[in-house]
Amino acid sequence: MLAFIARRLMIAAPTVVLISMLVFGLQKLLPGDPVLAMGEDRDPAVLEALREQYRLNDPVAVQYATWIAGAAQGDLGVSLRTRQPVADLIAAKAPVTLQLAAMALGFALLIGVPMGVLSAVKQNTWADYLANAVALSGLSVPNFWLGIMLILLVSVNLGWLPASGYVSPSEDFARSMQTMLMPAFVLGTGLAATLMRHTRSAMLGVLRADYVRTARAKGLSERRVILKHALRNALVPVITVSALIFGELLGGAVLTEQIFTIPGFGKLVVDAVFTRDYAVVQGIVLCTAVAFILLNLAADVAQRALNPRLRDAP
Amino acid sequence: MTPLRLSTLALLLATAAAAPALSADLRIGLQDDADILDPDQSRTFVGRIVYTALCDKLVDITPGLEITPQLATGWTWSDDGKTLTMTLREGVVFHDGTPFDAAAVKANIERSKTLPESRRKSELASVDTVEVTGPFEVALTLSAPDATLMAQLADRAGMMVSPTAAAVGADFGLAPVCSGPFRFVERVQQDRIVLERFADYWNADAIKLDRVIYLPIPDTTVRLANLRSGDLDMIERLAATDVAQASADPNLAVMKIDGLGYQGVTVNIANGDRAATPVGRDARVRQAFSLAIDRAALNQVVFDGVFTPGVQPFPPSSPWFDARNPVPARDVAAAKALLAEAGIDRLAVEVQVANNPVQQNLMQVIQAMVAEAGFDVTLQAKEFATLLADQSAGAYQMSQVGWSGRVDPDGNIHQFATCAGGINDSKFCDPAVDALLNAARVMPDPAARKAQYDAANAILSVQNPIIYLYHQPWIWALDRKVAGFVPYPDGMIRLEGVTRAE
Repeated sequence: MLAFIARRLMIAAPTVVLISMLVFGLQKLLPGDPVLAMGEDRDPAVLEALREQYRLNDPVAVQYATWIAGAAQGDLGVSLRTRQPVADLIAAKAPVTLQLAAMALGFALLIGVPMGVLSAVKQNTWADYLANAVALSGLSVPNFWLGIMLILLVSVNLGWLPASGYVSPSEDFARSMQTMLMPAFVLGTGLAATLMRHTRSAMLGVLRADYVRTARAKGLSERRVILKHALRNALVPVITVSALIFGELLGGAVLTEQIFTIPGFGKLVVDAVFTRDYAVVQGIVLCTAVAFILLNLAADVAQRALNPRLRDAP
Repeated sequence: MTPLRLSTLALLLATAAAAPALSADLRIGLQDDADILDPDQSRTFVGRIVYTALCDKLVDITPGLEITPQLATGWTWSDDGKTLTMTLREGVVFHDGTPFDAAAVKANIERSKTLPESRRKSELASVDTVEVTGPFEVALTLSAPDATLMAQLADRAGMMVSPTAAAVGADFGLAPVCSGPFRFVERVQQDRIVLERFADYWNADAIKLDRVIYLPIPDTTVRLANLRSGDLDMIERLAATDVAQASADPNLAVMKIDGLGYQGVTVNIANGDRAATPVGRDARVRQAFSLAIDRAALNQVVFDGVFTPGVQPFPPSSPWFDARNPVPARDVAAAKALLAEAGIDRLAVEVQVANNPVQQNLMQVIQAMVAEAGFDVTLQAKEFATLLADQSAGAYQMSQVGWSGRVDPDGNIHQFATCAGGINDSKFCDPAVDALLNAARVMPDPAARKAQYDAANAILSVQNPIIYLYHQPWIWALDRKVAGFVPYPDGMIRLEGVTRAE
């Protein structure tokens, strides 16, 4: 197992370097000039001083080398816009995005899995059609629209939940849950649709399997057959998909964070792209890439630990 | 006094005694997040809104754009216009307890002029030396007379930061210390900036709030929804199309004032190869374009009639506006005649526009209007940073942009219309305009200055390097609990006298 982890890490290292080059290079290809994007006034001397200060006049290769050398030592530079260290920004946003991702995934699982089971068990009945229709609308309704509608209904008209903003759970747990409820729900509904479809097809496959027929033949109750025998096995691919979704969510939910003004990665990176705050974009993409690679590795390790058949595979 | 009157009086007194406590927090929704909170380094509009509560300036403006005392209580100019002597307010302290005095002013102006990261250098370029002439008196010696200096001192160049705190250098903005009514508490980038009441403020009686929290919410719909749900107490830059809805809400008040800036279409006249078009080369073609636009209709269709049509760099509410140059009526026949004179039947032109719905809508209406005169406009929607870079580099024919405006007229015209102007992306160059605008900079007499601007604008309205379209007012929406807010044409949110009922 240790050899496996070491091997995977050795492959991961060049991947990270490649990603860092790609991010850096792509950003430089973006049209637009950070010093123009950051302010309205345009004193030529000021623009030149800013370019010098942030070394934007250096050749791209030199800029990259400086940045990656710093990054290797944990110094991701400072935001061109506010001078705050990028590492601090990431540390501040990570818990926010993590909380939103976890709660959204929670919603997705709570809605998606039961609906998937229901529609598989009641295949080709009105319950199945309804579940499919709900799933399709979950996938089709854009998050920004649903978000604004929910704000108007729940916050403006009913006054039940705050319209936007973020409170840390350590500061005020109840308030934190209140502010995060709507965004997590909005984000979760779209994902629930995906999970519902995966659960449904996995369940359909499993329900036709021999061991399920055996379980029924033994005279077990239908409830027991479905929940204990079928669902357990059907959940394996669902868990894999959930892990992948979670990885994606860590990159930040751009639209949802914008609408509910949640200060997570998505909002930070979008604002940084618009103002060409290179250091911030690079730092976040690099961190997200590393997190994604580590999550994948963890998933593989877990699978190997759980599934003996995989252990001898290279 | 009748019993009824007595009981009414008693009731009134009781109500007054039980009146809701004035206190607490004011939550303000901003359109963007501010950049670094250092007046010497900052470059954003919303940054200036935050400074209004955080950092006092030497002087301020009145809603009528007159210069008024703030940290300087009085000032005199020498006869040659090259020495400005300022008397300073006594008993003022910075948020860290450092006393405010003449030495602090000297340190501040020198910081603005010498800090490597300072963006204020050109604004104070005319200031040669600052001399402490008394504990509360400074003399600024200028290299040449500068009529724009007082307006600069009424903005970021005149903001006073604590010399003690400024010793950290460029990172001052991470924990700014000034002498304004509120002191810095914390900032979470893209989330909030929190300030709290400064007990030792020199004008503490005028401050009725405990804390101010600025929250950047870029989406106008979401900003308004937050106000309506009570999560915010006031928002800036309400969308014109939301004014009717917000006004109809009994819990909200909408306040509006003409701004200082303008929106227009900048034409590439001599900025690289893309200038080689009839619209770039021939002033008659630009005039035809301008004449084909019905600015009043534009305002009605795109902005629900909330904005002010314009053909000058100054809005009609400005003392610098030239009443002899009103918005002309749309004249398609005259536009066609001008095009014919230039030997053109139909002309294809490209106009770049920011990729937001409002500006695109604006340009689509203009596209339809000028088509009747013979212009086939192709719109190029670009993300704003790209649009700016292309415009600056000359990679455009026409570009729809605007300017937020400055208190001094120079800020709205000099850098756009002089040959070497920093934002002259048109590269329009006319020595006569240069002479007029350069001379206006050093004239102390406002009437004489105005004559210069009028003359320059007369030339510009024939040459049209910028085809002005309209002036955008500042629109705020406030919860009815908030009282005492006074709109200023600079779009700032001054908190003196502002209250918020519980």
